Amino acid sequence: MIKLEIIVRGEKAADVVAALEQCGYPGLTMYTVEGRGTQKGLTEQFRGRKYEIPFLFKTKIEVVIRDEDYEKVVEAVSTAARTGTIGDGKIFALPVMDVIRVRTGERQEQAI
Amino acid sequence: MRLFFLLVLSVFLMSLPAFAADATGAETLAAQPELPADYVWVLVCGFLVFFMQAGFAMVETGFCRSKNATNLLSKNLIDFVLASLVFFAVGYGFLKGEDIGGFIGSGHWFLRGASYDVGTYLDFFWQLVFCGTAATIVSGAVAERLKFSAYLVYTFFVSLFIYPVYAHWVWGGGWLSRLPFGAGHVDFAGSGVVHAVGGLIGLAGAMVLGPRFGKYGKDGKPRAIPGHNMSLAALGTFILWFGWFGFNPGSTFSAHHLRIAVVAVNTNLAAAAGAFATLLTMYAKTRKWDLGMALNGTLGGLVAVTAPCAWIEAWAAVVIGAVAGFLVVWGVYFLESRGIDDPVGAVSVHGINGLWGLLSVGLFADGTYGLYSLEPPYITGLFYGGGVGQLLAQLIGIAAVFAWAFGLGYLLFKVMDLSFGIRVSPEEELRGLDVYEHGTPAYPEFTPQRTMVAS
Repeated sequence: MIKLEIIVRGEKAADVVAALEQCGYPGLTMYTVEGRGTQKGLTEQFRGRKYEIPFLFKTKIEVVIRDEDYEKVVEAVSTAARTGTIGDGKIFALPVMDVIRVRTGERQEQAI
Repeated sequence: MRLFFLLVLSVFLMSLPAFAADATGAETLAAQPELPADYVWVLVCGFLVFFMQAGFAMVETGFCRSKNATNLLSKNLIDFVLASLVFFAVGYGFLKGEDIGGFIGSGHWFLRGASYDVGTYLDFFWQLVFCGTAATIVSGAVAERLKFSAYLVYTFFVSLFIYPVYAHWVWGGGWLSRLPFGAGHVDFAGSGVVHAVGGLIGLAGAMVLGPRFGKYGKDGKPRAIPGHNMSLAALGTFILWFGWFGFNPGSTFSAHHLRIAVVAVNTNLAAAAGAFATLLTMYAKTRKWDLGMALNGTLGGLVAVTAPCAWIEAWAAVVIGAVAGFLVVWGVYFLESRGIDDPVGAVSVHGINGLWGLLSVGLFADGTYGLYSLEPPYITGLFYGGGVGQLLAQLIGIAAVFAWAFGLGYLLFKVMDLSFGIRVSPEEELRGLDVYEHGTPAYPEFTPQRTMVAS
């Protein structure tokens, strides 16, 4: 099993969720995060004086998938999140030791 | 406080018995059947000026942070509330009562006795909304750090004494109006009386208070503290612009002076020129179309044209407004560089441009309209062959308003600061005045937070 930590533009989050559902993963966790990439935030201006926004708002989606679906899901998520310009986000993939469904006590892939 | 109460009570009792002049208005109407147009004109314009309170509330709130929104709205409410009561009781008497030595008026206390008269009440209402405007300008310059209690005391003294006495000098038959140069010092709708007074007291307040926490970096360089709502700031500016169509044309105090059409056009052109000049200046400086500064530029143009609006041609209104736009930008950067933190630009908009408005009368007045009258003496400036007389009278007025408003404003804030402290605690300033002073956050369910550092 693999956990994907998907960081995308907020306005693309709904498309990514739809893509995950298409791949058979309707269940997920998402939240709004602050962060920055290599472009290091933005500069804004108020009444003639500039200031920096060092962090930008992004949406982070966490989902656990089966090993065999890995390439398919990464492809679907990337396609859904891509605009081709700076700030499209990143996907981190981590191995998962176990999954437990609290209600039934099911383990491993049964519990995804 | 008790002493003051006794004083008020004795003044009130002295004004008994109450003999009415024309409390119903029937005699006034019978004598001059054409007056209803003037009464309606002045009252409707007065209602427009009153609505400017909403404009100030929105501009100031929008230009400041959401954690201080309740505080700014409260200050904009209380200044008109207190001004109404204090100006009614005593302030109006200092302004329009019988002149004593060219310095102060006496009479009209509590609008009783002979003052219980429709004509006096009309004039009182008109003068009141102007007094309220002058008072409310200051809250922007001292925003985000002045205690609410200090603001109460400030409003009391401004509407009781500082505003009425200066207004008496210009509009109540006082010494400035009787200067032996030109037609005496003139200020049609109050660039000086209303705006410079408010702006200069604001300057005094901002200087006594010191800058907001975080306004200057450790290197001493000024930093941006962005306001929380540009929509409110823009709405407020439009409301003020709209209100100004009452402020200036209504100052003819007569619908029978068809000059009101000229006044309205000049008012609008100066606002437009001020906004445009500011927008272009800011684009040249920063390569951005800076809305916040352009809103200030709009108001700067309006403030500047307030003194000359009845005495100039349209082209002059454009020039006066454009200069005002540059002055706003210059003023904002200049004050920042001097360590004076004026969160909404009130000093640049109202103070600096109030003085420029007074000066511009002495340059551009074209000799076509008199002192709120179609009869001579007509006001004529340097560029229309009037010589330097009017200009001199205007310069003396500029010196007088600076000395009076800035001087007394500084004294008032300094004395308050030494006696009970006018600035909130650093903890309260960081957390915002809304919760500490009022218990009421403006947006309890609205909490996005962004981390920011200065560039």
